[in-house]
Amino acid sequence: MKVVIFSTCIVDLFFPNVGAAMTEVLERFGCETFMPVKQICCGQPTYNSGYVKASQKVFRNEIDALLSVDADYIVGPAGSCVNMLREYRILLKDDPEYAEKAKQVADKTYEFSQFLYRVLNVIDAGAELDAKATYHRSCHMTRLLGERTAPFKLLDHVKDLQMEPLPHIENCCGFGGMFSAKEPEISKQMVDEKVDDVLSTGAQVLISADPSCLMNIAGRFSRRNEKIKIMHIAEVLNHNVNPERIKFHEPLGVEQEVRP
Amino acid sequence: MTISTSDKPFLERVKESEQDKFMQASVAKSQDAQWDKREASRKELGNWPQWRDLGEQIRQHVIKYLPDYLEEFSDNIEKRGGHVYFAKTDKEAAAYITNLAKEKQAHKIVKSKSMVTTEINLDKELLKIPGTQLMETDLAEFILQEDDWAEPTHIVFPALAKNRDQVKEIFDKLGYEGDNDPEHLARFAREYLRRYFLQADFGITGCNFAIADSGLINLVTNEGNADLTMAIPKTQVVVMGMERIVPSLKEAETLDNMLSRSAVGQKLTSYCSFSGKQVEGEADGPEDFHVVIVDNGRSNALGTPFEPVLQCIRCGACLNVCPVYRHIGGHGYGSIYPGPIGAVLSPVLDGYEKFGDLPFASSLCAACTETCPVRIPLHRLLIKHREVMMDKLKMDHSFSDKIMKMVGVGTSAPVLFNMALDMDHPMMGVLSTKDQGSVENEYNSGRIKQTGMMPKLARGWTDVRDLPRPPKKNENFRHWFKQHKAALEAQKHD
Repeated sequence: MKVVIFSTCIVDLFFPNVGAAMTEVLERFGCETFMPVKQICCGQPTYNSGYVKASQKVFRNEIDALLSVDADYIVGPAGSCVNMLREYRILLKDDPEYAEKAKQVADKTYEFSQFLYRVLNVIDAGAELDAKATYHRSCHMTRLLGERTAPFKLLDHVKDLQMEPLPHIENCCGFGGMFSAKEPEISKQMVDEKVDDVLSTGAQVLISADPSCLMNIAGRFSRRNEKIKIMHIAEVLNHNVNPERIKFHEPLGVEQEVRP
Repeated sequence: MTISTSDKPFLERVKESEQDKFMQASVAKSQDAQWDKREASRKELGNWPQWRDLGEQIRQHVIKYLPDYLEEFSDNIEKRGGHVYFAKTDKEAAAYITNLAKEKQAHKIVKSKSMVTTEINLDKELLKIPGTQLMETDLAEFILQEDDWAEPTHIVFPALAKNRDQVKEIFDKLGYEGDNDPEHLARFAREYLRRYFLQADFGITGCNFAIADSGLINLVTNEGNADLTMAIPKTQVVVMGMERIVPSLKEAETLDNMLSRSAVGQKLTSYCSFSGKQVEGEADGPEDFHVVIVDNGRSNALGTPFEPVLQCIRCGACLNVCPVYRHIGGHGYGSIYPGPIGAVLSPVLDGYEKFGDLPFASSLCAACTETCPVRIPLHRLLIKHREVMMDKLKMDHSFSDKIMKMVGVGTSAPVLFNMALDMDHPMMGVLSTKDQGSVENEYNSGRIKQTGMMPKLARGWTDVRDLPRPPKKNENFRHWFKQHKAALEAQKHD
């Protein structure tokens, strides 16, 4: 199966480990991966800031790049960015040239853990991580993409990993894209509460499926000089893998499909 | 227009809220409790997504045919012998009611909590009438009244920002001698208000839903004060926003069910009444009955992308889930309509000059959109406001505007972006430190703690948090991928 890696600008700019881990996991499960170098960004920074006109070019570039390889799926390591690609369907519905392409992109795009759990039917990726960890549930992945299950199921099966529930898991970490830079006075208070909640779990590792949330929370941990290790879920699922542990589940029925 | 609660600039209000630790603790506690209560009561109802579909359909239908339903409602009020007044502005609405109070020589006016009366600044106008006393009978509004008519900070829990000790202090001035137990405080207010009620000759209530086909007013409260305000005084005025209509009792029943669960996590509030002018055979109710239907900027939304904001049933659930409201509270928003709904509605009612900051005061986490019982796409409407301000009105003349335009170019031109990926590591060198600090696996290429004299949008991130230094050209993901593919290729040929 051919998979286009939707690398996201944040991984390209800051987090090579996340992209590499995701690629290795996908290949372990038999995917042939492609990385079109003309891709840049889903367009949220400008679109969400009200620069909707300027965003059209960003959308079009991303669509052209991601469709430049005739792949079965497009998979990305960030719930928020993946949701944006899904929303292209709505955002470009009146664009005569791109409406159909936008739909094609949206229909075959998945977030990494979602792809593993729902398309490849993986329940145990074979990973091991001897640590006490907690998981930050990103807002867009949960509420807009509608993925509430996949990361938890996959993490539950990581050998030796002890997951602690995160208090106030429903609250945003205060990232919000440009919000974090435009409204630091409010964002700081939100991320401070998140840091406090993570600390209250006693976890050594903070895991998430959205690198931008992790960058925000880790950035505040660092500024406050509090100890934590940050791991993207792809890094966890690529950690000390023993292929003999890999397990699949029965394909999910229609009623299990994600509905935002 | 008086939906504004402060003349201070937005950032100053945010800072004041941050210092108000009592308020922040009260809001956080209430939000946490509501997460449990609200979700449990919705779950108990069953099929919540379908209820939301229904709620949305009812509200959209009413907004679509609003002129027709207003006419039907108004005809039915008049058939029952009541009077209807359509007020274009807040001033017209307040003037009609104050003139009526003067004409009726009202001595004791009782009010039951209503956001729209706050919106039209009614209290202050009524207080100007010589020889007239005014009493707010909703417990929370009563607390605010006795605190020198303080502004509400929540649309359902107006006194949310006050804790029990502050309430006790306010009541002490009225002769309260008990402790800070909320039950004791409430009992005191109840007795205090009851005496006043019995002498009231002029009543003013808001309206949860106005039933078009019968001309009845549907009110839901937990204190019964609205019912007494309706039942005792001879003259009664109902003030309502023009969108507060439902076709019939059937739709009111559906929406009441959703409103109570969404607002307070109850199946139904303690009191839920449908009433109007006293008609023959009835023992109580007003003999003289007036309904004031207020536009005051609502029609600005009609036929625009903001029309869904009129679907709102004022349950306040979006405030109760909002992580921004959690920290800046009602005071931070500076509008009597705070939270996500306020950030969408306030600029519609009163413009961007006053409330243009509010749509940006959101991380777009969509908790509001997810919880809204009538499916108002709140976070999308916030983006829409931003679009109107940036793309259409071009309101930002600061350096941020230039930065955003550069981001637009940089994220749509592959050549530029790939060049940036090559250059970012050395370019950020001056600002970076090598030490990884207290966080493992985040600052593998170094850490940026300060971006110095940069404009706010570029500096905002590092004002509160560290930024990873981008990896070297030969260590970034694209480079890794190329090497990785080359290695796989080489393996194949071995």
